[in-house]
This record gives sequence, C-alpha cells and structure tokens, in this order.
Amino acid sequence: MERIYLDHAATSPIHPDVAAGMIQSMTEQFGNPSSIHYFGRQSRRALDEARSAIARSLGAKETEIVFTSGGTEADNFALIGTAMANRERGRHLITTAIEHHAVLRACEHLQKQGFDVTYLPVDEHGRVSVEDVKAALRDDTILVSIMFANNEVGTIQPIREIGALLRDHPAYFHTDAVQAYGLIPIDVNEYGIDLLSLSSHKINGPKGSGALYVRGTVRITPLLFGGEQERKRRAGTENVPGIIGLARAVEIAERTREEKRKQYAAWREAMLTIFRSSGLDFIVNGSEDGLPHIFNVAFPGTNVESLLVNLDLAGIAASSGSACTAGSIDPSHVLVAMCGNESERIRSSVRFSFGLGNTTEQIERAAEETVKIVKRLTKR
Amino acid sequence: MMIYLDNSATTKPFPEVVDAFATVASHYFANPSSLHGLGMKAERLLRQAREQIAAMLDVKPSEIVFTSGGTEANNFAIKGVAWQYRRRGRHIITTEIEHPSVAEPCRQLEELGFEVTYLPVGPDGRVSAEQVARALRDDTILVSVMHVNNEVGAVQPIEEIGAVLARHPKTLFHVDRVQGIGKVPLDVKRCGIDLFTVSAHKFHGLRGAGLLYVRDGVRLTPLIAGGGQERQLRSGTENVAAIVAMAKALRLALERYERDIGRLRELKAEWLQALAAIPSLSINTAERGSAPHIINFSLPSGIKPEVFVHELEKSEIYVSTTSACSSKRRAPSKTLLAMGVGEGRAERGIRISLSFDNRREEIKPAVAAIQQAIKTLSEVTGSHGDEV
Ligand SMILES: Cc1ncc(COP(=O)(O)O)c(C=O)c1O
Ligand SMILES: Cc1ncc(COP(=O)(O)O)c(C=O)c1O
Repeated sequence: MERIYLDHAATSPIHPDVAAGMIQSMTEQFGNPSSIHYFGRQSRRALDEARSAIARSLGAKETEIVFTSGGTEADNFALIGTAMANRERGRHLITTAIEHHAVLRACEHLQKQGFDVTYLPVDEHGRVSVEDVKAALRDDTILVSIMFANNEVGTIQPIREIGALLRDHPAYFHTDAVQAYGLIPIDVNEYGIDLLSLSSHKINGPKGSGALYVRGTVRITPLLFGGEQERKRRAGTENVPGIIGLARAVEIAERTREEKRKQYAAWREAMLTIFRSSGLDFIVNGSEDGLPHIFNVAFPGTNVESLLVNLDLAGIAASSGSACTAGSIDPSHVLVAMCGNESERIRSSVRFSFGLGNTTEQIERAAEETVKIVKRLTKR
Repeated sequence: MMIYLDNSATTKPFPEVVDAFATVASHYFANPSSLHGLGMKAERLLRQAREQIAAMLDVKPSEIVFTSGGTEANNFAIKGVAWQYRRRGRHIITTEIEHPSVAEPCRQLEELGFEVTYLPVGPDGRVSAEQVARALRDDTILVSVMHVNNEVGAVQPIEEIGAVLARHPKTLFHVDRVQGIGKVPLDVKRCGIDLFTVSAHKFHGLRGAGLLYVRDGVRLTPLIAGGGQERQLRSGTENVAAIVAMAKALRLALERYERDIGRLRELKAEWLQALAAIPSLSINTAERGSAPHIINFSLPSGIKPEVFVHELEKSEIYVSTTSACSSKRRAPSKTLLAMGVGEGRAERGIRISLSFDNRREEIKPAVAAIQQAIKTLSEVTGSHGDEV
C-alpha cells in the first residue's frame, strides 16, 4: 500500500538537495565558526552566506537574523526576550487565542512574572480584527504578537493592517510566520514587522533549525547566555549544517513558490470536488483565501479520533491539527476560539496539509478514501 | 599531512553518525507527536535513542531531556533550578573557571536578585570539596561545577564535592560534562549528581543536539515552553535525526574509550614531554588531575597567539587560542587567570585538544612546526619583549 503523507504542516520531508548540502557540510565544514583557523573560517563563511540568504528573503539586514533551534525557541525568545528587556516601559502584551502553544505558553510564563496579556478573539473564519487590536492597545503595551497564518486552519491574519496601526505606537510587532514563510513572500519593512519567527522543518529543511528576525532597533534579552555567538543574542556553538539546510530550503521554497501555490490550490479544489460530488456533509474550517497547503474540514457526525485511525489504516497520514497528549486528542483551541465550545466541529475536524512528494493521484485517492470512511462512520 | 588538534572546539562527526542522520532525516521524517503510523515510527526511534543513551550514561530514560546543545542545557539547568526553587533560597555556588554557558546565566541571575559565589581554583586549575563545604549556606539551592575544564583540562573533584553535598539534600548538584563525556568516566549515582550537561558535537556527534540529565524528583522551570515535548520540560519539534545520531556517536565514543584510552593517555604524556622540552613554553596543564585530551601552554612573550595559530596553519596544523567561544577577541584566558599564572601568560595560552583519532606520528612534525613557528615569530617581533 502506498502511504500518502498529508501532514506537511506538522513537519515536512527534507528536500534531497537540502540533505545533500548538510551532509557535505558535516563532512567537510565541521569547524567551529568561532575558531580562527581554516576550518573555523570556512564554517564562518558558510554561516555568513546562509545568514544573508535568510535576510534577503525577508528584506532584512544580515545583522537582524538570529539563528535558533527552531520555531518554538524563536517564539519564546521573541516574547520573553522583549518582555524582559522592556519591562520598565510597560508590562502589557497583546496576542490572540489561536496562536501556537509556543507563543501561548510563553505568555503564560510571563503572566506568572507579573505581565498582563490580552488574548484577542477571532471570528468564525479564524481572523482577528484590526479594530480589536486597536481597542486593546494601551500606553503600557510593549508587544503585539499575532501569527502570520494559523497552523491548523491556515487563516491569514491582517498583518499589513496591524503593522500599519502599530507604526504610531511604541509596541513592537512580532509575528509567528512558521507556517507562512516560504509560501507567502514577506518583506518585514513593507509589513511593519519588528520580530518574525520561522522554522526550517516546515519548509523541507532539517528539524532543530530556525531563526528569529529582530529589527535592529528592538531591545531584547537573550534566552541562552554564554559564548558570544549571534552577536551575543543567542549563545551556543552554531549548528552550521542545520543553518545551511535552512538556507537551502529557503532558496528552493522561493524558486518553487508560485508553482506550489497553484498546485496546492488545485489539490484543495480536487478534494472539494470529490467531497461535493459524493454528497458528503462537510464544512471547510478557515477562510477561502488561507494558506494554500492547509485544508481543514469538519465532517459532522464523525469523531476525529476514529477518522484519523481509519485514514491511517488506509495509508493516509493526516492530523487533527492540535497537540495530542498520550494518544488522545484535546479539542483544538483554535477551533474552540472560532466556533465555540459547543460546536460539533471541534470534535470532527481533520487537517490535510500538502507538500513535497504529493501527487494529484494521491490527493484524489485520499479524498475518495475519506469519503468512504466518513460514509462508513456516519452510517446509522 | 593535516593535523587537527582542536577537538575541544568541535569534532569531526563519525561517518556512521552522518549516515545515521541521513537515513533518519530522509526516511523517518515525521513528527513524533503525530498520531499516524509515520509519526509513531519517528516516536519509536526517538524512544530507542533515549533508552540507548540512558543505558550508556547509567541513568533512566525518563531522566533525559534533549536540548539543542550544551549551552542550552547549561542555561536550562541553572535558570530552571533558580526559578523553580527561588522560594527556598537564592544562593548559587560555582567556580571561576566555568564555561560561559554556565558563568553568563549566573551573571544574569545576579542581576535578577540571586547571589552567586565563584570559587577560585588552585595552580592546578582545581577547586576543592572543602571550598564548596565552606561556601555552602542554608539558602544555597545549586552547586554547579564542571567536570573537565575546556581550556586546560583540569578534572574537578566531583565525587568529593558530591560527598559534601550528600549532607545538604536541599542543594542540587549540576555538573557540566561537555568535555568529559567519553574521556573521563563519572559515576553519576556515587557522585550524587542531580543534573548534568552533554553536547553531541564534542564526541563526534552533530551540532544542534545535546541533553540535560534531570534526576527523577528534581523539578525545573522550562526555558522553552510550547507544545509540551520532553515531558513538558523542553518544547519544540524533536530533532529526531540528530538525536539518533547522538546515540550512535555516544556508543562509538564509548567503544573508542574502552579500546583506546590507554593509548590516548600515553599520547598526552608524550605530547606533554615533547612540549616541556621547548624551553620558551610554559605548560599550563598539570600532569596529574587533568583529562587525557587537553593540553594548554603559553607562548613566550612577544608572540601573539592568533598569529601563532595562523603560522601553524601553514603546516596544516590546527590548534586554538584559549577557548573557541572567546577566541575572536583577545582577552586573557579566564581559567589561566584564575590559576594565577599572571596576565601576560594568560593572554598567550594555546590549547591542543586530542581525539582518539590523533596519532603518535603527528607529535614529531607538529612539535617541530611549533618550534619553527616560535622561531619565525620571535625573529619577526625582535624576540622576547619584557612582558611577564
Ligand atoms: C505556527 C507555528 N509556530 C511554531 C511552531 C513550532 O516550531 P518548531 O516545531 O520548529 O519548534 C509550529 C510548529 O510546530 C507552528 O506551526
Ligand atoms: C565545558 C563546556 N561547556 C559547554 C559548552 C557549550 O556546548 P555547545 O557548544 O553544545 O553549546 C562547551 C563548548 O563550547 C564546553 O566546552
């Protein structure tokens, strides 16, 4: 049985060119970039090149990129680092109810330290309103953190508008772009973004590698102290192969962006067509113009756990989109925020996410299998 | 012939380690938190790596928290204890010769209202258990002492310090084992260690992987929160391929230890002897009480250590000035200063660090090159100045 992987938003397969670049770096450029000899300098050069590739992709300066161990560290660093460095200015933060846990748990940590956090609601499509951000802003607001696009339903947030709103306010603007980066072109200056998190393994790069963009004017306290790496903002021997892998993945993502966006949109449409023509009862979660690779669907009358188990038995790897603990699935905080606690959608939704290696045949087969499974599960 | 003598900065990954990484990264790429079959496969690999590493380190799998490396593990240990136990006390004991990834978090905590005692070391680069005993207070929540110093190789009396701390059950004991793993054994149970740090790239594993041992019963405030991986202690999608590669590197490193430790000790003794025969050098590594892979010496006055490193490089010999993390800027070595060798000598420290792959045959040409480099550079600078 051919396995069909439709969980690219959880993590994505490494691109063969990325793996090849990393392996070459591991065997040939193993020096520590802080060493002053040849091996060190060679690693340093590779690091500098990777940094400028990432900076270029965001319209940022090289000095504004801080490499991290991934998206979670970047989010924690952005929130805790700016809060700690600016706590004399104020102790209020604004975020949304639908952020990734990397942001939400960092906020909870800050609340325990005496910070005040406003969690903005979203509409039924998963969008925050710029008006709500405006209304929540206070004189002592030091940071607004709103994800670029949601990882469960794919909804894209009004980042440009919020960036514009914050131009006249001293609060920094952080966005978790882990899911959007690579698929949506982002220029931090155009959008008015001060901090931006990204993660390599979501764009066919290696795990354990990511970055935080930090605008030059932002005051931030490191999370990791020690050596003087990353201009003293992130200590630790640099993971050069991981960083090279990230840079390669970014180059490939940019080169293939348009083609991928079209392809994913077509796949989404193909699934929709098969669902419709089968007479299935379903509701699409999120908005029409969301991230093209994320397709989240509720099947009323089913239960997500049995849906996923049956899909897996049919060789299809999909996801509930939410974190799972010890094999059971908690209702998604994103869907709860969108449709409320009572909605049936929070227990019957599946996230399909597309990416490298998928084919149209796979997508069609996955849709047909889904139809069969849903019909079986809803047969009374 | 290329002679790499900078293994304490970082090591070349074993070929098997690179292979393990490539296989797992390409074929078992799913997220271990995913419920589907592919996720479960990744989860199984992660679990096996954890079990293997735990067995090799003689601890329980549930006591391993994977991190992005040694720096994160040290930060996590120190700040994790400080935040978790700050109601119990706000005093920490450490030494003057810790790696910056221990020293700097301590400085940060001082700014946040904690008190830190930095114990001085003797001329051999070692602290004593009595010093720790004298510094202990009722409100001491943590003692952090490195096992093997990264600059001069001094081995600290961890077991004796553990014995002192056995009488202070409320004080936790953290040991930075980054330089000691695979080179100097340590009995975790007998030493009463509560937390220890490991970094894969120092024993031919990959950069971006490390771990913190957290003894069952010890609670820590997470440094990185989110998805709740690593039993809520360290969030972030697990770097499964690098972790599996770390398990492999550790196994190979320990095998090399079993087979070659005698040879490595002899190698170091020969190196020390050959270097001691160069009259203008001052050897900073004590013959006894030091690790089998690190040798530190100071150049004669008038020779700049970074110029010396580049001169040796012309013969394809790679050594380091003090520790890699601070080698871009010239500052006296903190460890050498603490050992009391004086400012001048502390500014001219050179470190040779060996791996099991270094060979006897390298000593002669390398020492000849060192002598030649000293000669060349002394001529250039008009020979020995009047620095101490
Ligand atoms: C939106 C978002 N933010 C942050 C993260 C965390 O990134 P990482 O897995 O690299 O720690 C993820 C993925 O898990 C994500 O989807
Ligand atoms: C003694 C010691 N502790 C900690 C570290 C930091 O480890 P890492 O490079 O994995 O961050 C190093 C090496 O740089 C070290 O030598």
